[in-house]
Formats: sequence, C-alpha cells, structure tokens
Amino acid sequence: MSTDRAAPDRTGDPAATSTGLRIVPRRHFGRWLATALILLALAGIIRAFAVGQIEWSIVAQFLTARSIMNGLLNTIVMAVVAMALGIGLGVLFAVMVMSSNPVLRASANGYIWFFRGTPLILQLLLWFNLALVFPTLGIPGLFEFRTVDVITPFMATLLGLGINQGAYTAEVVRAGILSVDQGQTEAAQAIGMARPTILRRIVLPQAMRVIIPPVGNEFISMVKLTSLASVIQFSEILRNAQTIYFANGRVIELLIVAAIWYIIVVSILSIGQFFLELRFSRGYATGRR
Amino acid sequence: MSNSPSSLVKGRGITKIFGAHRALDSVDLDVSRGEVLCIIGPSGSGKSTLLRCLNQIEKPNSGMIRIDGDLAGYRQKGEVLFELDDRAIARQRLACGMVFQRFNLFHHMTALQNIMEGPVTVLRRRKEEVRKGALKLLDRVGLSEKAGAYPAQLSGGQQQRVAIARALAMQPKLMLFDEPTSALDPELVGEVLNVMRDLAAIGMTMIVVTHELGFAREVADRVIFMDAGRIVETGTPEELLSRPSEQRTKDFIAAVLS
Ligand SMILES: Nc1ncnc2c1ncn2[C@@H]1O[C@H](COP(=O)(O)OP(=O)(O)OP(=O)(O)O)[C@@H](O)[C@H]1O
Ligand SMILES: [Mg+2]
Repeated sequence: MSTDRAAPDRTGDPAATSTGLRIVPRRHFGRWLATALILLALAGIIRAFAVGQIEWSIVAQFLTARSIMNGLLNTIVMAVVAMALGIGLGVLFAVMVMSSNPVLRASANGYIWFFRGTPLILQLLLWFNLALVFPTLGIPGLFEFRTVDVITPFMATLLGLGINQGAYTAEVVRAGILSVDQGQTEAAQAIGMARPTILRRIVLPQAMRVIIPPVGNEFISMVKLTSLASVIQFSEILRNAQTIYFANGRVIELLIVAAIWYIIVVSILSIGQFFLELRFSRGYATGRR
Repeated sequence: MSNSPSSLVKGRGITKIFGAHRALDSVDLDVSRGEVLCIIGPSGSGKSTLLRCLNQIEKPNSGMIRIDGDLAGYRQKGEVLFELDDRAIARQRLACGMVFQRFNLFHHMTALQNIMEGPVTVLRRRKEEVRKGALKLLDRVGLSEKAGAYPAQLSGGQQQRVAIARALAMQPKLMLFDEPTSALDPELVGEVLNVMRDLAAIGMTMIVVTHELGFAREVADRVIFMDAGRIVETGTPEELLSRPSEQRTKDFIAAVLS
C-alpha cells in the first residue's frame, strides 16, 4: 500500500523529460512540524514519569510475582471460557433469531434486548447475588445444590461475561450468516443436505470471514472486561494487584504492572487475529492458496 | 411404486403464487426416463420456479409432483397425506441433481472438495472411495488438473463444469439445469454444452432451461415453451422451433434468434 503512494520516479516524470526543467519535489512542512511536536510531547511524558513518584524497581519486582501470575492466568482462562460461551450462545441465538419459528425468534430477541440493555457490572452483581433470589438450584426431588456453593466468583463471572457476550455475538453472527449468498444454501439443498448440516458445513464456515474480525475485537475487549469481575471477588489480575497495593500502598506501581500484562496479552491476541483472518479468507483471495 | 415404468417425472396442476403473482399456473409435466426436455420462454415466465418446485427449493401452493413414483413433500398412507419434515425432504431431493445459472460452488472448498462434499457428508460414504469417484468425474468434465483450485481461481465455464460434476457425484436419477450457460462468456458456452451433450448421450434424464436453441434442436427429445406461468406449447425440437403453432412462440423464437 505504502509503496503505491511513494513519490513517483522523477527521471520518468513526463514533465521533467518533456520540458528539460528541474523539478523541486513538494515539501512536507506539516509532517516535520507534527513529528517535532510529538517527539517533544513524548520526551515530556517520559521525563514526567522518570522524575514522578514511581518506584520502577517495585514495578519490576511485582511484574512476575506469584499472585500477579495467578491473576494473569485467571484473567486469560476467564476470557477464553467466557468468550467460548459467548460464541456458542451467539451462534445459537443468531440461528434462533433467523428461524421461522416465532416463539424461538421472540425469545432470542428478548434475550438480546435484556442483556444489551443492562450494564455488565450490574449483571455480574446479579449473578453473584443469585442466592438472594434462589437459595437453592436444581430440580426439587432429583438434585439440589445450595446456590452459594454453585455460584462461586468464577461461575458468576463466567455466566455474567459469557451470557452478555452472547447477546453481542448473536448480532455479529447474524450479520455473518446474512452475508452468505442464498445460492450457497440452495446448492447445498440440491445435494440433499438438511438445514443443520447446511449451517454447519456451508454457511457458517463462509460467514466466518465476516464474523472473525469483530469477534476478534470483542475477544480483546473481553480480556479487559474480566477486570470488572474484581467487584465480585474473582481473583483476576486487577483484583490481585489491588490486594497487593492495599497491603503495601504502592498503588501506581501495581496498576502499571497490571497494565503491562494487559498490553502484552492484547498484543499477542491482535497478532493471532491477523492469522485467523488470513485463514478464513481462503478461497476468496484469488491466486493464493 | 412408479405408475408407468417409463415416466420419471409427473407433475399435475403445479401452481406457485408469490404475493399476488402466479409464477406457475397449473402446470402439467411428464418426463420419461432418459428423456432430454428443454424449456424455453421469456424472462419471468416461471421456468426457474418450475425447476425449483421439482427440487422442492420452492413449495408449490397446489398441485402434485411425483418423481420416480415418490410424491414430493408428502408421505402417502392410504387416503391421507402426511407432510414431510426437513430431513425427509432433503432425502427426496437426492433424486434430482441441480445446476444453477450462477454455479453456486461452495466458495470455501476446492473443486475436489465441492464434489466430495455430498457423498461424504450426506451419503456418509468413505472418503477414500469418494475421492476416487470425484477425480473420475473431474476427468470426465475435463478438469483433472484443477482438483485443488478454489472456485475463485476458475473461469465461469470451469466452475459450471465442476458444478455439474458435483451434482453427478450424488448419482441422481434426474438432472435439472437452470440456464447453465447464460452467465458465461460466449467462448465458454461450448465447453459446458459439450459436457451436457455427453450426459444426454449416456441416457441421463435431463430438464434444461436454456436460451441455446441450437443445443435444444440438437439434443432435446422435446421442447416446451412457457409464458406467464403456463406451458403454451410443447413438441419435438423440429415442430416447436421450426414450425411453432402459437403466435407467442413464434415471437419469442424470432426474438432469441435476432
Ligand atoms: N422468491 C420470489 N418472490 C417473489 N417473486 C418471485 C420469487 N421468485 C420468482 N418470482 C417471480 O416469479 C416469476 C417467475 O420467475 P422465474 O424466476 O421462475 O422466471 P424465469 O422464467 O426463470 O425467468 P428468467 O429467464 O429471467 O430466469 C417472476 O415474475 C418473478 O419475479
Ligand atoms: Mg430463471
């Protein structure tokens, strides 16, 4: 892309060759000015942090502390399972929204309406406090659990994040399914495929091309959203960082530790997303396998 | 089950209504085993809709269709008809192979995978044995060297030949072609018609919607002219194309030839 926009070869410039006159390329004063300003600002920020009240040695010390590592692991595990739940529900509800059965359609729309209409943190609190509404869960007579035993901070976070994510992913999946040409479904019907097989073998794989980029973005948000679970005592990285700074008072240092890890994880995910997109564009980019 | 041993397709009073529009108005149709039937007619006359009803992609509002004796969309028990579910209808569709104007190859699969998909996923046959058959089919449509190519890497004519191979891989009793060459550049039409000619020669029963009157004249056993959702006239290619009796048929043929 950038090579297309590079300055044209001046030796072949028709104006130069036909007139024999020297050409002075356009000067980009604006770019130089912007660069200078940004460098100046950057230097200011770095200096501010260097002379500010930050003990960088403490950041280094806690960067790989056991509790931080555990929190990081919990954050990653939670992001993965909650996203998996979200994608599963998203596909399910997208299919329900598009079904010809009015009951299925209405209930799926109701689900999307409710979970998109309330703040995530409120949903997390609701799940966490489910025991206040239903002291026990199960089918009376068959099996029953005390809600507080089942709805651990992990479960409450998983349900809260996953079910909320499902409502958003459903819309993405629906858009993806709609992007697949109707002719694909007809061709699949013509070779005797039944609806569920068509969805699984023909439509969803092609819808992936449209679904992957936004879901990749949402996965990245999900990693950061897990931090909301600190309010319901799920020991993800931010909560563990907080626990430490409540004890030692090094608030900024531990927040920086958490920030560094978030940035690392998100950067790795962005790279992964790039390769996933490549894989799912198979068969579209002509001349490449 | 079949009523007469030679009749493969039997349609009676097939009617399809879209909103207030009668796309098909009480069409009767009989196709014998091994027959090649060409359907011609102006745009919007209901040709595609007829094929789509035969393959149950559309459900007719009334009328009945029997393919090899099986009543399309229903199970008959004495005097009662039970509507079939999606799965059973999918099974009935196996009797027909269909080729579309816009090819509709599965974009995310190679030519070979397109052909293997039905036998493996629907018929649950063993992959190895299916692959052998699929390669043979590719060879038959002259595309052995394109097995690993994705549809986007194939010309229109090549895509359509793969689509024909994909339909044949299901070993249908009947092939439906909906304007298989009208999306093709003129120089690519011949290669697809050749494949269809070969199919006709080995006795495949075919219903072909086409504007290629030359092909119809040469290959068809019978030609039908449709207009406004009805069959206007039917006859041998010679009768219908050279000596049409209806004015509408005359006008249409003159328009196509001009
Ligand atoms: N899904 C649909 N919804 C509404 N109207 C439809 C639908 N499918 C077809 N029609 C209408 O039914 C009529 C017959 O359409 P059909 O596609 O069968 O015509 P055709 O003979 O195949 O024409 P062409 O030569 O242009 O392919 C047309 O008027 C068309 O607009
Ligand atoms: Mg048509």
